[in-house]
Amino acid sequence: MREFAKQWNKNKYPYLFIAPAVLLLVVFSIVPIIIALVISFTNMDLIGLADYSNIRGVGFDNYINIFKDPVFLKALFNTLIYVVVGVPLVVICAMAVALLLNYGTSWLFKTFRVIYYMPSITNIVAVAVVWGYLYNGSYGLFNYILSWFGLPAQQWLQDPALAKYSLILLALWKAIGLNMIIFLAALQGIPRSYYEAAEIDGATGWKKLRYITIPLLSFATFFVTITTLIGWIQFFEEPFVMTKGGPLNATMSLALFIYNNGFKLSNFGYAASGSFVLFVIIILATIVQFAVRRKEVEY
Amino acid sequence: MAVKKIEKGVMVTLLILGGILMMVPFIWMLGSSFKPENEFTVIPPTIIPHHPTWNNYSRLFTEMDFFVYLKNTLIIVICSFVGLFLNALAGYAFAKFHFPGKNGFFYLILATMMIPGQVTMIPTYLIINKMGLVNTMAGIVLPGLVGAFGIFLFRQFMATIPTDLIEAARLDGSGEFRIFFTLILPVVKPVFAVQAILTFIGAWNSFLWPLIIANDEKLYTLSVGLSLLKGQYGTEFGLQMAGAAFMVVPIIIIFTFFQKHIIEGYTISGMK
Repeated sequence: MREFAKQWNKNKYPYLFIAPAVLLLVVFSIVPIIIALVISFTNMDLIGLADYSNIRGVGFDNYINIFKDPVFLKALFNTLIYVVVGVPLVVICAMAVALLLNYGTSWLFKTFRVIYYMPSITNIVAVAVVWGYLYNGSYGLFNYILSWFGLPAQQWLQDPALAKYSLILLALWKAIGLNMIIFLAALQGIPRSYYEAAEIDGATGWKKLRYITIPLLSFATFFVTITTLIGWIQFFEEPFVMTKGGPLNATMSLALFIYNNGFKLSNFGYAASGSFVLFVIIILATIVQFAVRRKEVEY
Repeated sequence: MAVKKIEKGVMVTLLILGGILMMVPFIWMLGSSFKPENEFTVIPPTIIPHHPTWNNYSRLFTEMDFFVYLKNTLIIVICSFVGLFLNALAGYAFAKFHFPGKNGFFYLILATMMIPGQVTMIPTYLIINKMGLVNTMAGIVLPGLVGAFGIFLFRQFMATIPTDLIEAARLDGSGEFRIFFTLILPVVKPVFAVQAILTFIGAWNSFLWPLIIANDEKLYTLSVGLSLLKGQYGTEFGLQMAGAAFMVVPIIIIFTFFQKHIIEGYTISGMK
């Protein structure tokens, strides 16, 4: 006992300092993941929430049923499209913008750095309100611009074939800023002497880009790809505020499916099993990314 | 040399064109927020209103409860700053103290970064419900109060503070809390400032969790209020645009003011 008191007196300050943070993270991050795992094997719903004695274990039923659920399968397919189209778009556009911004150092480049960054700090509901109006079928700006070129008006968010891509465009606009900053930081770390040496050897602008810049950006590209990939697998806010997953579940994503089952339909157990499927997909995607990276040549 | 000039011209043109495309939604939002209702059906649409009016903005406060939403949002902002202090405090302990279980606790905190929000969302709601905190400000604020990333960043920076400095303050008889507030915080001011701005932006924009926890309109934040407006006044674009501008413009002003620090902060945290 005395030993304990001595230990406590010696270390009481660091424990006091970390206590609030550790306590909050345990209660709202560590405990929840355990609860999620447990309830994913139960039929937890509103009745179960009212009285815990009504909760029944259902084994792997939730996990089996979810792969028979047409809405879930649709959400899985949509999320695949979001990833396949969205990830390369974001990585390429962010890199292109960073290259443009890195070209000069005058006030013009500094101003545009702020402009390209602005969408990423803009509130998602405000974005939904403004883009909803831009996409409006009758009074929206986008259809008006199409009419300049004699193109027919589009139902951007109501057409099941188009709605997914309308959301991708919006998410791209929002995602460029942060990723471009990461590329910009990496670009500024490339020594000028590399380019000077290449110029002496007679390398042109394109050759310098292809054989110096892009290879030296490989770590930044890897980082941006992996964070963007995880972000698109969890794609949620844009469909949630713009389309609610409609029309006909055409924009439904996995994360939105989980939200709807949890908070709209109160099928907490079923939603929890969906969230673990999502978690496993994220882990697998990350492992694949690291495996691909290891095969690449190091510079 | 001529080739270089053409190249620069092309680059600058591309940069400006892209920038204008990025700006379109902002310009459209600001222009439309000053339009009277009858100007919205005009074809071709006007970018700058012919008869500008403040009417849409004043309706936010007369027809909607934007004062209440603003007050709630500011409460969340203040609470999130308390969370920032807790992050800094924990980061300090991990950087400058040796105690049993230090690494274990640190890895536990880092592990929470990998858990996707979708997994914890439902159980966290169940916990808040069990604590009886649904529909309270505490229920909105507590789950996001501290963050692993913030703790990690503070730890990285505080590790560079010389231990001799802290030992000297201890010999002078300063208490541990006093050392933290008067010695450590001033030294990490640059990181603290960046974190403070990012925390402000995050709290100001907080949407999903307040939406889940707040049933009562008295607890709505600006974002939740704006989504309510979007649902109730779906065809009144002027009011919607004014609401959006009311949320976006303060953030843009703050960001433009501090952007140099924020962007450099990212660069620094990326290198470490």
